[in-house]
Amino acid sequence: MAKFLFYRLLQALFVLVAVTLIVSFAIRLTGDPAVMLAQGAGSITEADLERIREALGLNQPFLVQYLNFLKGLFTGDLGRSFMGGTPVGDLIGRALPATLALAFASMFVSIALSIPLGVKAAVSRGRWPDQVIRVVSLVGLSFPNFWLAIMLVLLLSITFNLLPPSGMEGWQSFIMPAATMGIILTATNVRLVRTTMLETLRSQYIMVARAKGLSDSVVLYKHALRNCSIPLITYFGLQFGGLLGGIVVIERVFNWPGLGTLAFDAVAARDYPVLQGVITVLSLLIISINLLVDIAYGFVDPRVRKS
Amino acid sequence: MSSTPPLLSVQSLDIAFGSHRVVKDLSFDLHAGQTLAIVGESGSGKSMTSLATMGLVHYLNATIAKGRILYRRTSDSAPLELTALSDKEMRRIRGKEISMIFQEPMTSLNPVYTVGDQITEVLRLHGDYSRATAREEALRLLRLVRLADAESLLKRYPHQLSGGMRQRVMIAMALACKPKVLVADEPTTALDVTIQAQILAIIKDLQKELGMAVIFITHDMGVVAEVADHVVVMRNGEKVEEADVATLFAAPQKPYTQALLAAVPTLGSMQGEALPRAEPLIIFDGEKVVTQGEATLQDTVQVQQTPVVSVRNLVTRFDIHKGFFGGVSHRVHAVENVSFDIQPGETLALVGESGSGKSTIGRTIQQLQKSTSGDIVFSGKPVAEMSRAEKMTLRQQVQYIFQDPFASLDPRKTVGFSIAEPIRTHRLMGDERRIKQRVGELLERVGLSPEHGERYPHEFSGGQRQRICIARALASKPKLIIADEALSALDVSIQAQIIHLMMQLQREEGLAYLFISHDMAVVEKMSHRVAVLHLGQIVEMGPRQRVFDAPQHAYTKKLLSAVPVADPHHRREHLLLEGDIPSPIRRVGDEPTVYPLDEITAGHFVSRNGASLRS
Repeated sequence: MAKFLFYRLLQALFVLVAVTLIVSFAIRLTGDPAVMLAQGAGSITEADLERIREALGLNQPFLVQYLNFLKGLFTGDLGRSFMGGTPVGDLIGRALPATLALAFASMFVSIALSIPLGVKAAVSRGRWPDQVIRVVSLVGLSFPNFWLAIMLVLLLSITFNLLPPSGMEGWQSFIMPAATMGIILTATNVRLVRTTMLETLRSQYIMVARAKGLSDSVVLYKHALRNCSIPLITYFGLQFGGLLGGIVVIERVFNWPGLGTLAFDAVAARDYPVLQGVITVLSLLIISINLLVDIAYGFVDPRVRKS
Repeated sequence: MSSTPPLLSVQSLDIAFGSHRVVKDLSFDLHAGQTLAIVGESGSGKSMTSLATMGLVHYLNATIAKGRILYRRTSDSAPLELTALSDKEMRRIRGKEISMIFQEPMTSLNPVYTVGDQITEVLRLHGDYSRATAREEALRLLRLVRLADAESLLKRYPHQLSGGMRQRVMIAMALACKPKVLVADEPTTALDVTIQAQILAIIKDLQKELGMAVIFITHDMGVVAEVADHVVVMRNGEKVEEADVATLFAAPQKPYTQALLAAVPTLGSMQGEALPRAEPLIIFDGEKVVTQGEATLQDTVQVQQTPVVSVRNLVTRFDIHKGFFGGVSHRVHAVENVSFDIQPGETLALVGESGSGKSTIGRTIQQLQKSTSGDIVFSGKPVAEMSRAEKMTLRQQVQYIFQDPFASLDPRKTVGFSIAEPIRTHRLMGDERRIKQRVGELLERVGLSPEHGERYPHEFSGGQRQRICIARALASKPKLIIADEALSALDVSIQAQIIHLMMQLQREEGLAYLFISHDMAVVEKMSHRVAVLHLGQIVEMGPRQRVFDAPQHAYTKKLLSAVPVADPHHRREHLLLEGDIPSPIRRVGDEPTVYPLDEITAGHFVSRNGASLRS
């Protein structure tokens, strides 16, 4: 286990360096932040711009800037925002919990919906509940998430005035964004649960479990589901990464004070440190989720545990 | 027995998938304490019948279209109509009063729960057990099925157990609630004969102890003769014949039963004969028994010629359990210092339990597997000194037939294409018309017709596919065919036909066979010489007659004694091999002792390690 963790940690380090390097390089292709900062300040000379660049450290070669960023990263200092000078760490510290809360709420919605629906579809394969679930999930797959979000806002906030249309205040404000993300994910997950469940139900140990006289629900949810969970955990883990990417759009629509909104504004303002910080934190998140997934295998499948 | 009403009574039962009936108008009775064998070949409906008694057919989307199954809890109570019970009512009987063991011990246990969890689950479901008392009872059950170290077994997972151990756990689970009826669906088919003998003995003993009735589903007439009181023979979903076991074997009434019994290879049938003998084929043509051909002695061995293949001090090992930095901690010692020759026209059989290295030897000869050391010499030339071109010729002259005729043909290519492939690969013919003609000839050679070449594998039965695989092997005009359990997946009647074909080809083409098999009765029928393998070493090798009629090594004796004989008057005390099949995996540095062979009579070799085997 220690060896395994050490190996994974090395891997994580490599991924982190690669991702931040690419991001830092790519963002510098978007243009000069000094020009952005100087906008609206009347007549600006080239010398003024040069002074701004010097103050922000942008006059140094790219590699030096990147190494400085790395040095900061390992001492826990992500630098300061070009806009207003707030420490990037503080900005992220405020936005991260909002994003994580929304991501977990979305995953929760999706898992809570897709497992019973997928199991139901598998058990009644070819009959009407299966057909209905499959058609509905296909419809769900075909929606773009921002469109669904806008429809929900129109219906629930504007027409019926039931839920707050934006922001993060109280549990009610979670319902629409989490439902939007959750429903879109559910559409794919139902199919995955159905397929793995069908596969598992063909196993002989399922017939053995039935031959013991166990009820259908025990056979399905105790004997079959745990065996399904190995491919499911892998997929849900990968999906969580994708979810963090997709959340940027949803956060914009619902004006959610999370990392997505932070990143979006940083791109618009060419705020290099903030963007680099957000991307770093997101990659760290994805790496740790994958690590958790690997550790989770051992809990559900004893065959993995030993090696 | 007939004075008391039957415990279980199946009456005019029809089971159907949609409109397709797989069991037709089946009736039989099962009495308390009785062992009823249901025998039949694939597609006979025997497994569906077993699932029907458990009320499980609807999980396979089959329905009971007609008939009923009656079950009496006690001899004076009114019968319960199982086929009319609700699923909830049936669940109270299933696993408690009627329970079942399945064919595949490797997949019968849930891989993610411990043995203990899986046994106590049944106990707590049907009985009045607390967590602690259920655990105690599970321990008792594991000891009942003679599993050593029951305490630690409770905490282990199925993947940590061998097939034989898993089947015992399965039996312990099935017997947990002391059922009145045990349905055993091919419970020993996937196991080695030595383990099969252990499992059969356990079922028999526990049956006596608990007074259970057993429905034993099998295709193996040897097992039937060994365990059954009463036999139902099934074919295509219908009952062909029913009789007590002695009557059935002594005087089968129906032609199908006669043909079936005639096709069963019986251990000891070649006693006193020096050469293998190709028996006339006894075939059931749908109405009557037809005999084809006549008995021919298989006097095909060309002793004077150079051996087709000589294996000298062959060692094959695999590294496993690689450490973090690629270091090897364990090795499989699959083959250890094995030497033998095969003459043109000779059949040498390699026999042994799983893990004895018999398949590895075959694969190493065919160059599918690299040897660790030792020489393989073909027609006088060592493989190690061969050029690329010579190695290619070697691949042409040595062909392989695998166990699974379903998996060894490409499903997307016509069988004609598959048969022509070796001809094209080795550039034996260039002209497409001649290739097509040759493919046609080959198909006729194996008893099919040239038009079959246009079809795809799924259009053929298992036996036909194995014929196609043989035709493909013949395509490159080989000198040696390695048949690795090539008959194991086939029904006995089909098996008899393929044996007949292989022997005919040997007479006509002078082929040599390396016949790898765990089935001692088949080996006795068709081989000239036999090598018995144990943990990668030959423990006994000699003329078939010597090895079978006068085995010298303790292991050979035990292996032969474990084989069930298809003769109910011949129920023997088995020399049981206790414990599991030993593993050929050893730590690096822990080298196995290689025992020398002594030639006790001409050509009959026996290893000196007679005493060191598990006893």
